[in-house]
Amino acid sequence: MQISERLLDKILPTVATPARYTGGEWNSVLKDWDSAQVKLVLAYPDVYQIGMSNLGLMILYDIVNRQPEFLAERVYAPWVDMEAAMRQAGIPLYSLESRHPLGEFDVLGFSLPYELNFSNVLNMLDLAGLPVLAEEREEPWPLVIGGGVGAANAEPMADFFDAFAIGDGEEVILEILNTCAQAKRSGAGKEELLRALARIPGVYVPRFYRVEYNADGTVAAVTPTVSEAEPQVLRRIVSPLPPPPVDLIVPYVKLVHDRGVVEIARGCTAGCRFCQAGMVYRPLRERSLSEVLAAVEDIVQKTGYEEVALVSLNSASHPQIEQMVRELTSRYQHPPLAISLPSLRIDTFSVRLAELFQGRRKTGLTFAPEAGSQRLRDVINKRVTADDLLTTAETAYAADWQRIKLYFMIGLPTETLDDVAAIIELVREVRAVGRRYHGRRTQVNVSVATFVPKAHTPFQWASLVGEDDLRARLDLLRRGIRKGGLRLSWHEPQASVLEAALARGDRRLGRVVYRAWRLGARFDAWPEHFDWAIWQRAFEAEGLDADWYARRERTFAEVLPWEHIENGVSKAFLWDEYQRALRGDTTPDCREMCLACGVAETLGCEGAG
Amino acid sequence: MSQTGRYRLRITFAKEEALKYISHLDLARTWERALRRARVPLAYSGGFNPRPKMAFAAALPVGYTSVAEMLDVFLEDRLTPAEMTRRLADALPAGLRVMAVAEVEPRLPALQSQVRAAEYSVRVAWPGDGTELEARIAALLAETDLPCERMRKGRRYTYNLRPLIEGLRVEAREGADYRLWMKLRYGSEGTGRPEDVLGALGLADALVNIQRIALCV
Ligand code: SF4
Repeated sequence: MQISERLLDKILPTVATPARYTGGEWNSVLKDWDSAQVKLVLAYPDVYQIGMSNLGLMILYDIVNRQPEFLAERVYAPWVDMEAAMRQAGIPLYSLESRHPLGEFDVLGFSLPYELNFSNVLNMLDLAGLPVLAEEREEPWPLVIGGGVGAANAEPMADFFDAFAIGDGEEVILEILNTCAQAKRSGAGKEELLRALARIPGVYVPRFYRVEYNADGTVAAVTPTVSEAEPQVLRRIVSPLPPPPVDLIVPYVKLVHDRGVVEIARGCTAGCRFCQAGMVYRPLRERSLSEVLAAVEDIVQKTGYEEVALVSLNSASHPQIEQMVRELTSRYQHPPLAISLPSLRIDTFSVRLAELFQGRRKTGLTFAPEAGSQRLRDVINKRVTADDLLTTAETAYAADWQRIKLYFMIGLPTETLDDVAAIIELVREVRAVGRRYHGRRTQVNVSVATFVPKAHTPFQWASLVGEDDLRARLDLLRRGIRKGGLRLSWHEPQASVLEAALARGDRRLGRVVYRAWRLGARFDAWPEHFDWAIWQRAFEAEGLDADWYARRERTFAEVLPWEHIENGVSKAFLWDEYQRALRGDTTPDCREMCLACGVAETLGCEGAG
Repeated sequence: MSQTGRYRLRITFAKEEALKYISHLDLARTWERALRRARVPLAYSGGFNPRPKMAFAAALPVGYTSVAEMLDVFLEDRLTPAEMTRRLADALPAGLRVMAVAEVEPRLPALQSQVRAAEYSVRVAWPGDGTELEARIAALLAETDLPCERMRKGRRYTYNLRPLIEGLRVEAREGADYRLWMKLRYGSEGTGRPEDVLGALGLADALVNIQRIALCV
């Protein structure tokens, strides 16, 4: 039964930004409900304005809706006012396209972008009237699956999901839906369906794995319990990349990133040791100049967007990026089309590139040195020097930019207060360069994030720096980076403890997530809603220690809770990178030289050999 | 290339149920993107951040529908009203509908400054018969002073609603509801709001929906 407009009219006038709950956007697809063999709803556990910018979800939406026998709709986490209004009016969580309650779909596909969205997943299931625990959902439908970067270590969410898709969703989604179609036709029960799914490469069905623990709480072994489940679930990748989606949904509501997007490459060769995306999207796959130009043209025609972003983890390193930007800026002058790149490298080439696409607009340039001292940049393998940064800044200021934004992290492995002081020094040097050109109008905005060790990276064995130390480092920055054109933005470190615990957690944390949600946790990524006290109570009640997960340094011998998820990069390579980091040795970009990370053997890599 | 836009077309359009919750700013972006999809030769402002030259007559409050919204767009190249209508046909989302397109002298004053009044059709749930409604309306219209409260920038202030009401009557009975017609002043000398009129009639809770049916320019 679809949720009626009349019912929604009772609550929508009372909530903020109601248009995010009504769908009907340009290029959204409303298919015939009854004739679809499998109905999928793609769910994003954060608000519409963030979730709609998620390209992964858009890719799946496009692929599935192209299949005559399937349909895909969307749902995002309702903001707290809408949740309250829905619960009061007894309205279950519904899809934007056809306004069917989620429970009437066959498959719920959650994107798991990040650990601090976990509690929202439970809340959305509950708001849909579904049991949040997978084992309490006895019927096969709706099947609840998860994917995205968060699935790289999905163990803390294993209790709530029936299955996870590991790796590129576009490669596996149709296999999953076909299996579901078959199961529906044959009237299979849940166990039978899950076994069939477990046979699909890249599909991880957590209930078919038994986790045993050592007396000290570490994992002893993870073993499959049925023959269909592989001991190691190997990540799926699509190669080469298929053409990008161009029928992008054009929202009414202003998004965080309100623009068309072309993914010009997936994967990254830079090898920054802190970066999970850099490891879990290997190998590098690039789209050609002509493919990107054709996609932009289609997007312009089909969406009317006034801006298109050329995204990847390292857009400035695409071998044809300069031609791309030149061609696009000359092609789309009337009506004007803004071109943007999400990240720039720290070099003068990037500044020249920005001159091409920002034109006279010169809104500001963003660079990410990540660490203040050379020593620490070597540790994280960010191979840029202070000179590189200052020369780049000089080029930018000389070309009339007045505002530069710099990203740094605190809490990196081996970091001391000296390294943090070096951030202040570097920022001031950048300002000094700027002042030669722009005097007091020079602006340097500094954004500091807390480093959180993530699974499948060289720092997966490292410790999260303690809250008091993080605070001391932040205080130092706050004293040193203020006034005189300097501005600092930062996050409270408490949420990082939760993020770190979940990022490298094991299955037992499912109980903590469940309890925290019952105690009211949601929107943990939003400072105004994050409540550490709730999570502390949940950890305590379950007899688990957040610090043990977040702060304990692991040994090579320890079985990591996510080791049965085979990302393709070998554990030996990651460990070697970790040891090199601790010695302060850098490793080159593997575009220059293959470093035998293991991906060539497991998934295949064009850059190797 | 002209920066002023040599041609000006006035689009009268409906904002229907499907779009009634989108805000005025959202609507402006939606029009800009629709016009770009329709390959309409929009004129853009100069400067570092070029904006399309378009102007709405009157922002429609969130939640209202309308069959009488107006938008002026300035063009680089001439487009006949018929051609504009044709190009927009496949570029507008559900909930936006073109009612009329007309060519307008580019030098005429801004559309927004010309709106004098707006007419609304307001549906209210009213269980009784119409006589009581009529009586309330007559009583309200007989007043010369109708003090009303409104919030502006977090501050409460009082104003006189009566001179803003140019017309008010029961239009029709629709099922269990009644439809009221209102003509309210619009512009710099004060803008009447249908909700405030309902409030003055003691019908604040009876509101079902509001449709703008005319902008008087
Ligand atoms: S196999 Fe070699 S070239 Fe490919 S990602 Fe790994 S290190 Fe880089």
